[in-house]
Amino acid sequence: MKTTYREAIRAALADALEHDERVFLVGEDVGRYGGCFAVSLGLLEQFGPERIRDAPLSESAFVGAGIGAAMAGMRPIVEIMTVNFSLLALDQIMNNAASLLHMSGGQCAVPLVLRIPTGGGRQVAAQHSHSLEGWFAHIPGLRVVTPATLEDARGMLATALDDPDPVLIFEHASLYPMTGELADDAGAVDLDNAVIRRGGTDISLITYGGTLPMTLEAADKLQDAGVDAEVVDLRTLRPLDEKTVLESVARTHRAVIVDEGWRSGSISAEISARITESVFYELDAPVARVCSAEVPMPYARQLEQAALPSVERIVAAAREVVGTHG
Amino acid sequence: MTTTVDATRMLDRDRGLDLLRQMTLIRRFEEKCVELYSSGTIRGFVHLYIGEEAIAAGAMRALTTEDAIVSTYREHGHALARGIPARAVMAEMFGKVEGCSGGRGGSMHLFDLDTRFYGGNAIVAGGLPLALGLALADSMKGRKAVTACFFGDGAVAEGEFHEALNLAALWGLPVLFLCENNLYAMGTALDRAQAQTDLALRASSYEMPAWSVDGMDVLAVEDATRAAAEAVRAGGGPHFLELRTYRFRAHSLYDPDRYRQKDEIRQWVQRDPLSALKERMQAEDRLTDDDVAAIEQDVTAEVADAVEYAKAGHEEPVTSLTRWVYSDDGARP
Repeated sequence: MKTTYREAIRAALADALEHDERVFLVGEDVGRYGGCFAVSLGLLEQFGPERIRDAPLSESAFVGAGIGAAMAGMRPIVEIMTVNFSLLALDQIMNNAASLLHMSGGQCAVPLVLRIPTGGGRQVAAQHSHSLEGWFAHIPGLRVVTPATLEDARGMLATALDDPDPVLIFEHASLYPMTGELADDAGAVDLDNAVIRRGGTDISLITYGGTLPMTLEAADKLQDAGVDAEVVDLRTLRPLDEKTVLESVARTHRAVIVDEGWRSGSISAEISARITESVFYELDAPVARVCSAEVPMPYARQLEQAALPSVERIVAAAREVVGTHG
Repeated sequence: MTTTVDATRMLDRDRGLDLLRQMTLIRRFEEKCVELYSSGTIRGFVHLYIGEEAIAAGAMRALTTEDAIVSTYREHGHALARGIPARAVMAEMFGKVEGCSGGRGGSMHLFDLDTRFYGGNAIVAGGLPLALGLALADSMKGRKAVTACFFGDGAVAEGEFHEALNLAALWGLPVLFLCENNLYAMGTALDRAQAQTDLALRASSYEMPAWSVDGMDVLAVEDATRAAAEAVRAGGGPHFLELRTYRFRAHSLYDPDRYRQKDEIRQWVQRDPLSALKERMQAEDRLTDDDVAAIEQDVTAEVADAVEYAKAGHEEPVTSLTRWVYSDDGARP
């Protein structure tokens, strides 16, 4: 069936609400408005205000309420309107959701799912455009996932709801209109493994989330230039599927990491470190990275585009690493 | 039949003895903690509740086993009054496996799901949103439970307090907010930190019933908590009590207490809730010297037993350091 990333998530939400009475959705404008990105459009009419809960602009209160409800046996799905707003709930996410199980000696599990749109490219400037998923991947106790395909948009939510611990789903806002074919019986997918989206022998392009489509496009361009690139979709930033990444690099002997987050202290830095820690002697060239420029995201189109990873930058970085200039 | 006392207004002896025993247990338990801290046996932060015992003892007596509790980092009193065994609390202070949080939490993070005690939160106001969620879950599951959420006056300055009260009122959640106003947020006096110091007034701006109670009077605390909890349980939405109290000791055992006047402390100590209850009971002929001696003996033995239990407890092997980071028991790098 033909569908979009947005509709795939909506179908996953409807499925969960229908099959598990412990599930409810809470967030700003998820009900009557239909969701800031129209993901939850129609769910209020279908499931009622008790389970599709519009919340006031109180990220800390409604994320914390989700944590409390999860501790008491519910399966809340909390939507934060956009990633920069998640900082208003950082206390609850870090000090409670991620910590309660350990500091209670295993008593307080928090089966919470947070859905957070992330990323830039829409000219919405410095307070609505960042890619902070790498920060959250720093925190033990959380699982951080980044659906980049229709299958993952459809399937990650169900697995996240089955997880006894907090799962943060980062949906890149530029992916919502992505259209394609999805199997009618598409369902839950695993959250443990990275996936090789395109096999190749010359270089590993390692990415996740919003930069997957452009990385695949870059791989096609590289093919035209005689470079056979492998594309690894991390899918889950924490816990990292190190094995898939390292095996790929050990085969291709070269790596470029594409990450829309800022370069310093980023998930790309972490992956680069793990590559050098574990497969250093397999490398034929230094690891390279394509990240966002280290600026608050600007509004002007040409400036924003210059700040973000692009097909051209990925191709250039890969050619540099492979040593095929010009 | 002649009588000179209105029996209906007299304190029930069993109730009085129970409250006195509870407050004495908290007091003696914490005095032992000071001793153990001084000798280096327990470490970390230790926030004493001495002076505030009437609140934990009175409030917990008014709650049921179905109710949920959210507490703060000053929580030994709440935990003991809720019925977590002194042994398990002391073992937690010692960092032992037998502790109520397996030694992972310490003084500030006591948990016991058997008594629905959802822990001490050491981020001021960080527990309020959790209380909303516990209450929401109970309400969605059709349980008639109240979530009692303790916090201090310092929390009222935090954004999370205002977010939580607004949301609780908006959604009509069965939460009882119990604000222990001891007049100081660590070293900062209430009137140096908050433009409006009438805390019940501020809570009432969120359209919830809110009133102030003498937190040094254990009977008043119990009565007020019972009335408020019953109203919440009956579907009246969130309620707020400001319990006016004072900590006799410094903020924590690290604190040199330079910011309070000796006279102020002395005046509050004269209102010691343990002495106040004893005097009331004695005036009504409800308490003998033997009763007091028996309570002291009983409580001293309980605390001594808790210390022995904690000493004999086990240290978790460091090989299980990463246990419980995730529920499947393993570390995920």
